[in-house]
Amino acid sequence: MTDLTDLGIREIRDGVRDGTFSAREVAESFNAAVSNARQLNAFLVETPDHALAAADAADAVRAAGETLKPLAGVPIGMKDLFCTKGVTSTAASHILEGFTPQYESAVSQRLWDAGAGMLGKLNMDQFAMGSSNETSAFGNVISPWRRNDGGNAPLAPGGSSGGSSAAVSARLCPGATGTDTGGSIRQPAAFTGISGIKPTYGRCSRWGTIAFASSLDQAGPMARDVRDCAIMLEAMSGFDPKDATSLDVPVPQWEQGLNASLAGKRVGIPREYRVDNMPEEIEALWQRGIEWVKDAGAEVVEVSLPHTKYALPAYYIIAPAEASSNLARYDGVRYGQRDLPEGANLQAMYAATRAAGFGEEVKRRILIGTYVLSAGFYDAYFTQASKVRTLIARDFENAWESCDVLLTPTAPSAAFGLGEKSDDPLAMYLNDVFTVPSSLAGLPAMSVPGGLDKHGLPLGLQFIGKALDEQGVLNAALAIEERAGFTARPQAWW
Amino acid sequence: MTDYRIKGATGDWEVVIGLEVHAQVTSNAKLFSGAATAFGAEPNSQVSLIDAAMPGMLPVPNRECIRQAVRTGMAIDAAINKWSRFDRKNYFYADLPQGYQISQLYHPLVGEGSVEIEDGETVKTIGVERIHVEQDAGKLMHDQHPTRSYVDLNRSGVALMEIVSRPDMRSPSEAGAYLRKLRAILRYVGSCDGNMEEGSMRADVNVSVRKPGEEFGTRTETKNVNSVRFVMAAIEHEANRQVDVLESGGKIVQETRLFNPDTGTTRSMRSKEDAHDYRYFPDPDLLPLELDDAFLEECRASLPELPDAKRKRYEALGITPYNAEVLTAEVETARWFDTLLDEGAAPAAASNWVTGELFGALNRIGKDITESPVTPGQAAELLALVADGTLSGSLAKQVFEVMLETGDAPGKIVEERGLKQTSDTGAIEAVIADVLAKNPNQLEQYRGGKVALFGFFVGQTMKAMGGKANPQVVNDLLKKALG
Repeated sequence: MTDLTDLGIREIRDGVRDGTFSAREVAESFNAAVSNARQLNAFLVETPDHALAAADAADAVRAAGETLKPLAGVPIGMKDLFCTKGVTSTAASHILEGFTPQYESAVSQRLWDAGAGMLGKLNMDQFAMGSSNETSAFGNVISPWRRNDGGNAPLAPGGSSGGSSAAVSARLCPGATGTDTGGSIRQPAAFTGISGIKPTYGRCSRWGTIAFASSLDQAGPMARDVRDCAIMLEAMSGFDPKDATSLDVPVPQWEQGLNASLAGKRVGIPREYRVDNMPEEIEALWQRGIEWVKDAGAEVVEVSLPHTKYALPAYYIIAPAEASSNLARYDGVRYGQRDLPEGANLQAMYAATRAAGFGEEVKRRILIGTYVLSAGFYDAYFTQASKVRTLIARDFENAWESCDVLLTPTAPSAAFGLGEKSDDPLAMYLNDVFTVPSSLAGLPAMSVPGGLDKHGLPLGLQFIGKALDEQGVLNAALAIEERAGFTARPQAWW
Repeated sequence: MTDYRIKGATGDWEVVIGLEVHAQVTSNAKLFSGAATAFGAEPNSQVSLIDAAMPGMLPVPNRECIRQAVRTGMAIDAAINKWSRFDRKNYFYADLPQGYQISQLYHPLVGEGSVEIEDGETVKTIGVERIHVEQDAGKLMHDQHPTRSYVDLNRSGVALMEIVSRPDMRSPSEAGAYLRKLRAILRYVGSCDGNMEEGSMRADVNVSVRKPGEEFGTRTETKNVNSVRFVMAAIEHEANRQVDVLESGGKIVQETRLFNPDTGTTRSMRSKEDAHDYRYFPDPDLLPLELDDAFLEECRASLPELPDAKRKRYEALGITPYNAEVLTAEVETARWFDTLLDEGAAPAAASNWVTGELFGALNRIGKDITESPVTPGQAAELLALVADGTLSGSLAKQVFEVMLETGDAPGKIVEERGLKQTSDTGAIEAVIADVLAKNPNQLEQYRGGKVALFGFFVGQTMKAMGGKANPQVVNDLLKKALG
């Protein structure tokens, strides 16, 4: 029989339900895959017992002839940004090293309630700040992908959900949670040839998810295909009275609503997304994407999102501003790391704790955020960026008058080598150029694999939809998925 | 009152005062978490994950706290902002787990309002600039360990209203009158218990001085003063200090100061140069607060009659202005008195009785009005017995004493102890005849023109009647008998 770790979420769910295999067999297979892939450094914590317990529960339900839960028997990976009861949760930062929450995040709780089990906590960019996973305090994740040029240069899995992207593409888990503040689900999904969706802001509760930038942070699934994303997103979404920004709207049955026909749909191509120096291969992929959606029955229209060029600067003001305040609680007083030099007073303890606990990129963003909020600069930076944000949201509103969904590349390049951009923060920030505008507008957006570049590395296409129209985004992505025939997978070298 | 002046070597100085009052909102739960708010609980026993700022925790506004602040705003005739927003005030301190206080800088819940005060004979309106809602901080304890400080987070996240006055006060006594009035309003509304000893209400005192008619001077802010008396003392000291500084050629530094209740003086805490940059910005965890008409209507409908309105009503009922003021100063007194009126007591007589007899008795036995052994219903019955002539004033006093001791109804006491007053003219006339017969000398003197002796005959008659004769009837009959 096939290796169980080759199966996706739907196949596992259906197989467990039909008795093709037991949930325990599935959990054991993935547990073994996880422990055999430590070279990738995708997991910060392995929790094989959690996965086994959920599997045994699923098997028991089936044995009793009762109805299985939607994710019964499906083991998943959990980004370390989600607080998990009794399991260390660090946001890949030294400042939270050893922190073990007494509570379960709303999103992870929903997944456990749906029958899923946890294989472990996934590595990530520290506090979700980064696009390559190199800012993790516990070592970078290495992408399972290699260029086909014969060299063995280690590649970035993308970020910040790089542990999630690496683990799913390396078949260490059939699906994983990610979080997306400016592209942290979509860019790593594109880099590793998997699918990932950031739903509408407010779909998934932020309660118990360690905050980076509250007005932007949104959880979402990363999985091998569009259908698996739909299944997992359904389990993760829903109103939560404990999150004041949570949306009190019903969760649609996205899996059931999947439909790859785009007949009668208009797909917008935003002309401002044709950025300078974009690799030809990205341009060519985009063009193929246009042909595919046409083939699926869509009408393709060119649209304009005139404020796009201001999105990245606005994002890199708003996100650090919120982060500088959100991360103030890591002060060494109540939990996590404390550095108390001999004879230090309170201020000295704060300084020592935060100097030792936070990584360079986190410090950089705290400094930027503190600066843009400070007296005398607030209006020039934060107020201005907030206005830009409003204009960007209005751009999308205007676009919806002539189209139903937007098609763009996910990232301006394929995966880059580890270390290639880590000395140049601005070059790294440019990775988010296509993903940030929809984050600022709170819109659902998804990356789906479109093909490979000349080095054999995956490239992703992104769909951006109207608020609450995850179905439209999933359907458009499904149309691409059916036509792209993307079957490439990394060859196991680990 | 506006003629309060500090006499300086260079002439008279006027004092300009503004108060920022922090009032703890009466609510079972904190502003953004479900934790309890009771005073005096074990340290750190009323702390939720949110109050301790654990990773990933989020604030959710408590509707009751918002409601109380809106009702308070309505009680001072303020504009209620249907759209307001919470901002973060960022600074590091060990009593502030989040590293920021959730407050409202840019768009407060309540806008312009006013409070009418009386200082002596003068009535004055003090402007209120705004009321906003914010979180309280925790408390540091430095006396628990020789080298360590402890933190109690019970108060962390408790809802406060910050009530910011205009710089409209000109003397310590005006500031005192404003604070007392504000406290009374809060207690009538039920939005704050006004308990300054427990820290439910405290004031930041802004003081500056100027020569009358000149521009405002530079102000200082004395933080966290926690009684009316201390606020007045802090103003007096601070104003005099500023005059001394200015008259000796110095300049007032805009700074934050602390009041020392033991010495009645203030000292510098930090100057403007050291002031924090709080980096206020809208809290991204919270949506703007939008109030609908139904909510506002409910808030308005739930407001009780407020002190000023009640006082005017009492005066219209024939109660003296003095009594009306005394009866409305504390909400518990006013409630007790209103019940007494509801039981049918005549307003003027009842007001005299409460402010005289009842207050005196309560004072003597060391109880406040909420613990009074005599209920408003019993008091109404007693007053009715006086009004219908069953009891004389002195008999009423006797009955009241028994009521205080036993808690019995006055009718029962009168019945059991035979304390009923008599208006039986036949019986009284007989006693008068006897008194006149027994005191021929006095009678002769009276008839000789010494009319002051009338009181003597009243006393003798009442004594002979055992105090139960109706004094008015005694008077009338005596006059007739004495010719």
